[in-house]
Amino acid sequence: MWTWFHRLASPPSFYRFADLLAPWLLALALLLLAIGTYAGLFLAPADYQQGDAFRVIYVHVPAAALSLFVYSLMAVSAAIALIWRMKLAECAVVAAAPIGASFTALALLTGMLWGKPTWGAYWVWDARLTSELVLLFLYMGVIGLNQAYSDARTAARACAWLALVGVVNVPIVHYSVQWWNSLHQGSTILSLDAIRDPKISGAMLWPLLLMLFGSFTFFFAVWLRRLQNEVLARERGARWVQELVPS
Amino acid sequence: MKAILRAAWAVFARELRLALRRPAEGAQPLVFYCVLALLFPLGLAAQDSALRAFAPAIVWVSALLAALLGIERLFRSDVDDGTLELWLLADVPTALLVAAKLAAQWLLIAAPLIVVAPIIALALNLEAHAVRILVLSLLLGTPVLIFTGGFAAALTVGAPRAGLLIPILVLPLMCPALIFGAGAVRAAQAGLAVEGPLYFLAAMMVMALTLLPWATAGALRNALE
Repeated sequence: MWTWFHRLASPPSFYRFADLLAPWLLALALLLLAIGTYAGLFLAPADYQQGDAFRVIYVHVPAAALSLFVYSLMAVSAAIALIWRMKLAECAVVAAAPIGASFTALALLTGMLWGKPTWGAYWVWDARLTSELVLLFLYMGVIGLNQAYSDARTAARACAWLALVGVVNVPIVHYSVQWWNSLHQGSTILSLDAIRDPKISGAMLWPLLLMLFGSFTFFFAVWLRRLQNEVLARERGARWVQELVPS
Repeated sequence: MKAILRAAWAVFARELRLALRRPAEGAQPLVFYCVLALLFPLGLAAQDSALRAFAPAIVWVSALLAALLGIERLFRSDVDDGTLELWLLADVPTALLVAAKLAAQWLLIAAPLIVVAPIIALALNLEAHAVRILVLSLLLGTPVLIFTGGFAAALTVGAPRAGLLIPILVLPLMCPALIFGAGAVRAAQAGLAVEGPLYFLAAMMVMALTLLPWATAGALRNALE
């Protein structure tokens, strides 16, 4: 197990492993997202209160879940990068940041579009919304810091430190709805109570689960591809890259 | 142990001595703070009652910006003259030296701001009880500010193209302190209990004082490698 793990951490074998895995993940993601989108738009019944407006959930919830998940993943990679000085983990931090920023922006945008018909306003200065916006700025900080350095390794390790310190915001976003009286509702599906006593009808739930799994798979597919790019760019002097990419 | 504390004290005293030789430069954040706070009433209509409602936010946000003003140069001269390399080579935890330097910076930058904050707050029509809570919240909140600023300065010290990066890095991290700091003053204004937000601020201060020096030292080591 551990020898396999160590071998995977070396850039050439990771590159080959990702090359095998990424196309399958992407195909699976597109399939899940296609079925989920169709089911969400056409098969799920309209909400008795919100009408068709509730269908934003099929993009909003996966994007919001990923915005937090990607940042936590970055923090874990950052800790690995700083403690064991693993090159691949450094790449993982910088490769994940733009994807996470995109999902955060998507969550904010869809949230605004959903807020207008249901709350009557695109934006309210509410704990959940504000802390999600702060998360977007944290992502932008990591991206900006990465580009401020000319040396890729120094940049990635600086980003790792920032990601590690910025992770304090993740629990704040997650629990903001419970801590402060927020206009945003609590989580309907992702809690233990909800599994015992579902608060959302099954006909609405299964497309959402498809979209959730589809989005996560999509993230991993894109992340692997970005990681491959990162690894190629850093190892461009190495022999295995020059054999792989005839210049 | 004694040698370690002596080294930290030496760093602390050196910071103060360097700042006292250039008093005009040290006064800059203070003057900036007063000017900044003065701009808000100018932007509103004269005798607008909204000023009182905005006062906690104005005093806090201005303090935030004033404390950030000089933070970019924090480690620059230490890198240029090689001090930082000696810190990293020294037989003393770098985090402790960083903490000593940041503590001195707090005394130089933030303590004067806390002294003038009540004057500005009274000028913005805050009542006496709210002013007392304001001073308390700034006492608890400014160490978080300085230590976070120091961390961001360490992150960007080796970056030639940092530009506006430091405020972009620091301001999102400062949001919780601002929420609870200004929140405590607002609660005092409304006659509500202020303990909750103040305890939160105190918890943040303890975390910043104990954890951020290590992160700062790590970032400095990374920048100089």
